[in-house]
Amino acid sequence: MTSESVDQIFVSAKHWLLSLLPDAPAWVIQIASSLINIAGVLGAFLTLFALISVLERKILARIQNRYGPNRVGPFGLLQPLADGIKLLIKEDIVPLRADKLVHFIAPIMIAATAILTLGVIPYGRNMTPFSIDSGILFFFAVGSTTELGVFMAGWGSNNKFSMLGAMRAIAQMVSYELPLIITVLPVIMIVGSLSADAIVAAQEGYVLAGIVPRWYVFTPWGAAAFILFFVSGLVESNRTPFDVPEGESEIVAGHMTEYSGFKYANFFLAEYFGMFAVSGLAVTLFLGGWHAPLSVLQIIPSYVWFFAKLALLLFVFIWIRGTLPRMRVDHVMGFAWKFMLPMAFTCIIAAAVWHYQRHGLAGWFWSLGVVAIVYLGLSRLVDTKKKFAPRTYRFAE
Amino acid sequence: MSTAAFIVIAILTLAASLAAASLPKLIHAALCLVVAFVGIAAFFFLLGAEFVGLVQIFVYVGAVAVLIVFTILLTRRADEKTAGFNWVGVVIALAVFAGLIWTILQTPSLAVSPPLMEPLTVKRIGEVLMTDYVWPLQCVGLLLTAALIGGLILVMEEKR
Repeated sequence: MTSESVDQIFVSAKHWLLSLLPDAPAWVIQIASSLINIAGVLGAFLTLFALISVLERKILARIQNRYGPNRVGPFGLLQPLADGIKLLIKEDIVPLRADKLVHFIAPIMIAATAILTLGVIPYGRNMTPFSIDSGILFFFAVGSTTELGVFMAGWGSNNKFSMLGAMRAIAQMVSYELPLIITVLPVIMIVGSLSADAIVAAQEGYVLAGIVPRWYVFTPWGAAAFILFFVSGLVESNRTPFDVPEGESEIVAGHMTEYSGFKYANFFLAEYFGMFAVSGLAVTLFLGGWHAPLSVLQIIPSYVWFFAKLALLLFVFIWIRGTLPRMRVDHVMGFAWKFMLPMAFTCIIAAAVWHYQRHGLAGWFWSLGVVAIVYLGLSRLVDTKKKFAPRTYRFAE
Repeated sequence: MSTAAFIVIAILTLAASLAAASLPKLIHAALCLVVAFVGIAAFFFLLGAEFVGLVQIFVYVGAVAVLIVFTILLTRRADEKTAGFNWVGVVIALAVFAGLIWTILQTPSLAVSPPLMEPLTVKRIGEVLMTDYVWPLQCVGLLLTAALIGGLILVMEEKR
């Protein structure tokens, strides 16, 4: 078996499945093909979800110097199964004063949007489930409807904590959507296409004798945009240190307070799928998608590389969760508008400088200069002295 | 196929719009309006205008609907009184509808078959925006910047 056929094994499997219905009309083939894609994406990511939920607890436990789940199955690997059964047989509680319909639709809507965004990411060579012309735009258009689902959950529960959590969630999601989208713009400008496939194709090839790949993260503007994108992604998926919407020490569980059983599991799933989607898009935009990091490593199938990079980013998500405390809600907002947004615009300018120096070494240093100057200037401006004045307490001595 | 899809989407969109206009609770009305927005986006997809459909969802569902919902939330009490039937609104709605119908009937292009157009790509939209429509684009940019600065001034803390 050659490496080519291993690389295309899932594509060939799909073609073989489709060949089982040879004389069906075209629309049946189309629907069948879509269903296979959906089943593939759901299967892969539900497995990853189960795996990451136990791995996260294991890694967090390791960071906190304890064992973590180790009772169910070997190394606690069957823990997600036990958790799933527990959530399924839990009583489903709907508050008496809740808006029944809105309360019911909210978890479905949140999970649906999270799954939809996974559909446009290229997972390997010829392995984009739904390859549409403006895939990146689709990602953000669908992603922006999540806010509405969060609002419905908060308002439908008719609970103060839920409402407060939903308000916080929407406020920070709206604020960080701007840097999230603007940091994508330089990549789209350089590639000249909104299609995820074209963006991955543009990052093919290596420089410096096959050692350094042409990924955008290795350009100054790309590195800056990648970090900004990653931080915004942390916020969009409500992860620590930006988990103020569901800060359990302040507002119970935010918009998820009044949910139990399978509906709660839906929120949980949506949060993780959102994390997968944002990480997957970061891999696609900045880390070269499914391309191998060294030209000699191209024999390893493309999807392995994609999921390896995805796993790396997910590990960083978990690592940050185990390390950093929660930010205060007004600091989260101030950071978005005073630092993230100007830096995101700087990335566009730096990318333009790089582009007009014909992607060469001179352009590399020029764009580094642009990013560095704005970064230093901004940190001087934002970093005011009075923040380090002695603490004053309003309600306590 | 496409006719059936059109009929289904049209019924959904109209029902959602009707619900948005007639439901007693404002939040419910706003959420139904979202369904109507999605229906309109579905029409754009049906017509092959992928970009416009996605922008419709992006702007109207992602931004305008959230704005409406937030405004209702921040300005209304939970136990709101339902207002009486708004006759002025009916008159305005009918006038707008009549105006639209009149304009559609006046348009000659309904009778002739539409000319063959190359598919609307994002690239073409960008090119047209940067050449033929560059001044309107700049004006819109100026307007939005002014609105942003105005909003900032409104919420800025007054120095005492």
